Amino acid sequence: MTIQANLSSEPVLSTRNPSAVLEWLARQAEPVVISLGAILAGLALFSIFIVLVGKSPIDLFKLMYTGGFGSWFSIQNSLSRAAPLLLTGLCVALPARLGLVIIGGEGAVVLGGVAAAAAALPLIGVLPPAIVLVIMAVAGMIMGGIWIGLAGLLRHYRGVNETISSLLLAYIAIALMNHVIEGVLRDPASLNKPSTTPLPADYMLGNIPGMDVNWGLAIGVVACIVSWIIIETTSVGFAARIAGGNVRAAQIQGLPVGQLIVGFTALAGTFAGLAGMVEVAAVQGSANASLAAGYGYTGILVAFLARHNPLAIIPVAILLGGIDASGGLIQRRLGLPDATVLVLQGTLFIVILFCETLYGRFKMFNPDLWKRSA
Amino acid sequence: MTPMTRRSFLQTTVAGTAALGLSNSLFYRSASAQTALTVGFIYVGPKDDYGYNQAHAEGAAVIKALPGVTIIEEENVPETVDVQKTMESMINLDGAGLIFPTSFGYFDPHMLAMAEKYPDVQFRHCGGLWQEGKNPANTGSYFGYIGQGQYLNGINAGYATKSKKIGFVAAKPIPQVLQNINSFLLGARSVDPTITCQVIFTGEWSLAVKEAEATNALIDQGADVITCHVDSPKVVVETAAGRGAFICGYHANQSPLAPEKYLTGAEWAWGNVYTDFIKKAQAGEPLGNFVRGGLKDGFVKMSPLGPGVSEEARKKFDATLAEIKTGTFSVFKGPLKDNKGADVVTAGQAFAEDAIELESMAYLVEGVVGSTS
Repeated sequence: MTIQANLSSEPVLSTRNPSAVLEWLARQAEPVVISLGAILAGLALFSIFIVLVGKSPIDLFKLMYTGGFGSWFSIQNSLSRAAPLLLTGLCVALPARLGLVIIGGEGAVVLGGVAAAAAALPLIGVLPPAIVLVIMAVAGMIMGGIWIGLAGLLRHYRGVNETISSLLLAYIAIALMNHVIEGVLRDPASLNKPSTTPLPADYMLGNIPGMDVNWGLAIGVVACIVSWIIIETTSVGFAARIAGGNVRAAQIQGLPVGQLIVGFTALAGTFAGLAGMVEVAAVQGSANASLAAGYGYTGILVAFLARHNPLAIIPVAILLGGIDASGGLIQRRLGLPDATVLVLQGTLFIVILFCETLYGRFKMFNPDLWKRSA
Repeated sequence: MTPMTRRSFLQTTVAGTAALGLSNSLFYRSASAQTALTVGFIYVGPKDDYGYNQAHAEGAAVIKALPGVTIIEEENVPETVDVQKTMESMINLDGAGLIFPTSFGYFDPHMLAMAEKYPDVQFRHCGGLWQEGKNPANTGSYFGYIGQGQYLNGINAGYATKSKKIGFVAAKPIPQVLQNINSFLLGARSVDPTITCQVIFTGEWSLAVKEAEATNALIDQGADVITCHVDSPKVVVETAAGRGAFICGYHANQSPLAPEKYLTGAEWAWGNVYTDFIKKAQAGEPLGNFVRGGLKDGFVKMSPLGPGVSEEARKKFDATLAEIKTGTFSVFKGPLKDNKGADVVTAGQAFAEDAIELESMAYLVEGVVGSTS
């Protein structure tokens, strides 16, 4: 797939010329219409699969709505599952804007969680919870940043493929985690499930007031917005997009491509590391093997579905959270295996990748073609 | 829809049902339907894994046939916020009144958090972690002593081995697993004290590639009877049978995977345990917070003996099983050394299967080749 740099300056919305408004709308509509079309086409394909296994797609989609978004409980269920995906999605989307495909976010999540738990251990009872939580977040972010930054470093200075190296680093990260939670950091009381010493209840990151969703969701949304601002409005983000569009052009322009690569991979890693910290501080209470729950890998799907746009990650993560939340209901009510949801996710992924090739092919979204034929 | 707390949601279950347009074929916990009970089962892996999860799913299938019971099941649920939400979803959308989260890692903090939030729902966790006074009263633990099943596996292995080397593919060096390894070797040594058992730890509960590698490595080193303690023994069983080694099963009955090479297996008998819970729940009796048992209590059973078991082995197996069922049998009795030469059980000491000392086991006994770290 191509990672679009989107360098053309956006037409300024002009009230003087009504056709300019129409042209602006047409350009903006393209990604929305194609993405929605892709999701609908994916659901249609998935319906065929459901018919083949002898179930009604209408029942299935009704259940998916009930389980994912049909009530306040279901919405909160979806949001809870979406929260970590916001951060792990960013871990893929940011480097992708530079043309890098990072798939090892899982490693940064795992080690970020371990670093956060380790940083908290000596401070419990010494410092107030709020400060400990901040220190945990910083520790998780630094650890995650180092881990993914390492893939960027290897890429720029040694020419190692960042996709492969980040994936291999994830395996190393999981092995390292197992080593420390079964060794130096093990709580002796955790006999059959090695874990670090659990955080006391008052040191946990709680829920967003009025909701049954932890603060990870708010942190993720803020991270997406901040990332969008960096990418779309700052000169650094502009330089990154140039490097992503054409690295030779960027070098000729004198842009610091190496610093951009290392900087953006490290930034991506800080978000995944933060996801690990939230997992420890808001959900698990300690670092253990449950940290490797696959959030880093689902983040790849999220980022690609969002076309590496940090703002689009928010709805995409919520959509996938909803699919995940409804997966349980589908299993329970229709007796379909858990793999059903994986088939749906895979179908959507393939269809959306395919639809990437449709950009620029529809005349209605391309005002330049209107004039030519007129 | 106005924001609704889960508590008020539960109190207005009927209204909630109508509002959500759910199927009216579901059973709800309500005063008018005393015997109708919706029971939720949550599995960490696939329920047809020929192992840990299948053993629980078979138990669930047993109670499915009981009158007034509706079973809802969810598989592949990770030990994260996902399992908390799955429990809540079972309660809020399906009206579950009793939930069995079957994976060890579901207990703390996940099940405990949900139990505090939903005091009217009963939770029973597989793993034996419940502590009186510390954990909520609507929660509890159930677990089986399966070590003596591995001892019986060891007896069959002891008769079947020609090389006097047997192998164990283990997930993690935690007390439960170490006890199974030691029991397997001690069972084999009760037949021939020269037998050794090589153990390989894969480091994960479910990691098919490493399990296959470990099985091959054990057989390459001369082991000719293999058993395991991983979530799904399928890969180990098929790999070992493919290499011509005998197999002792674990968790569930794997004989369909290797009918000729399967000697026997230590299986969970969760159907009995679940039936007992359901009958109590329907009669309005307390479920009990801490339920445990072994072979003699019907919590654990042995797979039928396979064609590779000799007459001599069958006799010793039957005799030992009968002794175990009287409740007087001890696998761990002194004098017993670990494989580094230190005394772990002194002469005259004998631990029953429920002895608290066995629950923090951190050693491999003499004759086991391998290391816990």
